[in-house]
Amino acid sequence: MNFDFSEEQKLLQKASRDFLEANCTLARVREIFESDLPYDEALWKGAAEMGWQGAALPESVGGAGFGYLELALVAEEVGRAIAAIPFAPSVYLATEALLLADDAAINARYLPGLASGDCIGTFALAERVGQSGGSNVETALSRGKLTGRKVAVPYGDVADIAVVVAKQQGKVVPVLVELTGAGIKRHAVESFDPAVSQATIEFEAAPAKRLGKLAEGQGLIEDVRDRAAILLAFEQLGSAQRCLDIGIEFARQRYAFGRPIASFQAIKHKLADMFTAVELARSNCYYGAWALSTNSEELPVAACLARISASEAFQFCAEENLQIHGGVGFTWEYDCHLFLRRAMLQGSMLGTARDWKRALIRRLATSSVE
Amino acid sequence: MDFDDTPDEAAFRAEAVSWLEKNAELKKPGEKTAGGLERDDPDTIAAAKAWQARKADAGWACITWPKEYGGRGGTSIQNVIWGQEEGRYAVPPNMFMIGLGMAGPTLMAHATPEQQKRWLPKMIRGEEIWCQLFSEPAAGSDLANLRTSAVRDGDDWIVNGQKIWTSGAHYCDWGIVVTRTDPAVRKHAGLTYFVVDMKSPGVACRPIKQISGGANFNEVFFNDARIPDTQRISEVGNGWAVAITTLMNERSSIGGGGVGGGVGFRDLLDLASSVELDGRPAIEDGAIQEKMADYYVRQKGLQFTSNRALTALSRGETPGPGGSIGKLVAAKMRQEMAALAMELQGEVGGLLDTQLTADEAGWQQAYLWAPGMRIAGGTDEIMRNIIAERVLRLPPEPRIDKEVAFREIPTG
Ligand SMILES: Cc1cc2nc3c(=O)[nH]c(=O)nc-3n(C[C@H](O)[C@H](O)[C@H](O)COP(=O)(O)OP(=O)(O)OC[C@H]3O[C@@H](n4cnc5c(N)ncnc54)[C@H](O)[C@@H]3O)c2cc1C
Repeated sequence: MNFDFSEEQKLLQKASRDFLEANCTLARVREIFESDLPYDEALWKGAAEMGWQGAALPESVGGAGFGYLELALVAEEVGRAIAAIPFAPSVYLATEALLLADDAAINARYLPGLASGDCIGTFALAERVGQSGGSNVETALSRGKLTGRKVAVPYGDVADIAVVVAKQQGKVVPVLVELTGAGIKRHAVESFDPAVSQATIEFEAAPAKRLGKLAEGQGLIEDVRDRAAILLAFEQLGSAQRCLDIGIEFARQRYAFGRPIASFQAIKHKLADMFTAVELARSNCYYGAWALSTNSEELPVAACLARISASEAFQFCAEENLQIHGGVGFTWEYDCHLFLRRAMLQGSMLGTARDWKRALIRRLATSSVE
Repeated sequence: MDFDDTPDEAAFRAEAVSWLEKNAELKKPGEKTAGGLERDDPDTIAAAKAWQARKADAGWACITWPKEYGGRGGTSIQNVIWGQEEGRYAVPPNMFMIGLGMAGPTLMAHATPEQQKRWLPKMIRGEEIWCQLFSEPAAGSDLANLRTSAVRDGDDWIVNGQKIWTSGAHYCDWGIVVTRTDPAVRKHAGLTYFVVDMKSPGVACRPIKQISGGANFNEVFFNDARIPDTQRISEVGNGWAVAITTLMNERSSIGGGGVGGGVGFRDLLDLASSVELDGRPAIEDGAIQEKMADYYVRQKGLQFTSNRALTALSRGETPGPGGSIGKLVAAKMRQEMAALAMELQGEVGGLLDTQLTADEAGWQQAYLWAPGMRIAGGTDEIMRNIIAERVLRLPPEPRIDKEVAFREIPTG
């Protein structure tokens, strides 16, 4: 049994954390949060210099040639820092979609930019309230033109390209669109987490290209979402762990009734419950990373496990960290709500925990995973 | 067993309705009343004052206050009935809750006749608005840990320190404030209670922005502020007893602060019926049904618990301990319901945009208010301690801070 990251990988994680502690303090996240800036451009560039956007990409397209285990650990650190960068939509979603579709011309054109961070990618699915899967989308691809409207597109106001879930000849397919081209209207809308900008994008016969084969679109989208779910789960894991760490530190130094509040059982049990949730999520995330790195058949199930436990752990830890803070936790000035907002935003991306629970049971019924 | 008014109650209700019909407009269907916390612009304040004065002239301002203080001399259940009926009318928000609900009863119990004459009539008519200066940065759950100091200087007291979470301090005229006048004695023994003129020199307010984005509360700083000794309520060192009187009256005003979002169970039901899960309305999904059913059961349980308390009031008895579960259950449930509503919206749930979201982002707003409800007026943890120790009479936690001099208590 060797169910752990290697020493080298842990060194990479340590370097990532050091970099983010120097370049992405919570004060820095707050600057983006409180400004009109869509994302932390300096950090995005710095991340590129560290090779993060291309961590799992081959050197031939400008990637760092690591692998998914390394990318997962970087994701955990990005989550720990609640960094305000389009890492998830660009790296876990757009880049993965191109890799899976495996179109040589498209990849030659876009992967180098995605790897270097010069090109920001995103992923557009939702069109209205309450849409979790892709089956009922109305945005349509016809004769190389895309028409429709997507909402809640992460970083949709600044992304250069988008992978859009659309219909073509009655089939659901992923479609690649340049967002700076003709037939695109887009505007930022108020996000639950202002550190993550979101946009509405209207496509009016925008030039677009289907990724992959017509009949395989739905499966490709599902595969992309599974892979992205594991990486996003690592972000959520990092954030949940940070909430726990902050909660512990606060509870140790805050006094009431002449004692640290950490000495009250109500608070100790709360922190113990948070720890439990984080550890379960961590183990499930590691399983996800293993599945991703080995391209295991168990990946669809592993994605559910990682995503469900990390989503729930993050939301729980964010809510209860605020509760441990008492009144100050409810103030804008304290950082508790930055995590709370991020938890709810990420919980809503890529299908909610409930969607993944339903998928898990469906998948278990048809797989041989123990 | 029924929910009907007794003949006396019915008569009172009819009288209230007949006055309200002549003096106010019924709300339109779906119209919501903003809590006084959410709206505090000058126009709203002026309208609220005018409405309060009109009620006072007709004897409806303070149902339960004795007649000698300008009240109606009515019963608690009459007060509830009045609230139910007034709530059906489109009237300005009540900005007088802290004065009428907390400061007034405290003054009636502990102030001198001169003090009462000075403050109560203007309080009843809404001419002066009151706020509560109790919580401090290091004194929330442990209120008796407060350290704002008052030092005697001739006929005055000189006050220094900081209060926090003072709702309405920025527009209030008077505040009730607990100070520490003797740090050398036990924490509960060294406190003294005053009334402070919020416009006096040395009193400064700074709004606190909440996570929901609004700023409905304040930090209040005392910097060599002077309070005349004539504004001291009760004896020097008796401040804790007076504060307890105020806190016992706080119950009525908790929850009056508005829960944010203006959405409720029916809205959630509508949402669950309108969105789909796997191609079927979400409301047909077993897991959603279970959650929704749980919320409804809890909500109705609270409502009927409050009906039982009203029955006790109606009989002139003291309500049983059931009331202490209300806020604990309601606040957490609110958080869960809002989270479910956001989840049901899918990716759109992660927006605050009022046009794209369901219910004009009401659930997102509700989710951002819910943490405050779990903390205000006694945190979840403190409410559980109260239920365990005061209601169930379980052995109390050992206390290390009660019998030593205040200045000896560990502060970290
Ligand atoms: C929206 C809002 C409105 C408010 N309005 C007012 C107002 O109008 N006037 C006013 O005076 N105050 C007001 N408050 C202040 C409120 O009463 C306090 O915030 C609350 O009592 C908690 O105190 P604290 O913030 O100091 O937290 P702390 O007391 O420091 O609590 C921190 C954590 O420790 C826990 N804890 C503390 N003691 C114990 C214990 N013995 N056992 C177990 N756990 C414990 C708490 O549950 C919490 O999780 C308001 C607060 C909010 C959020």
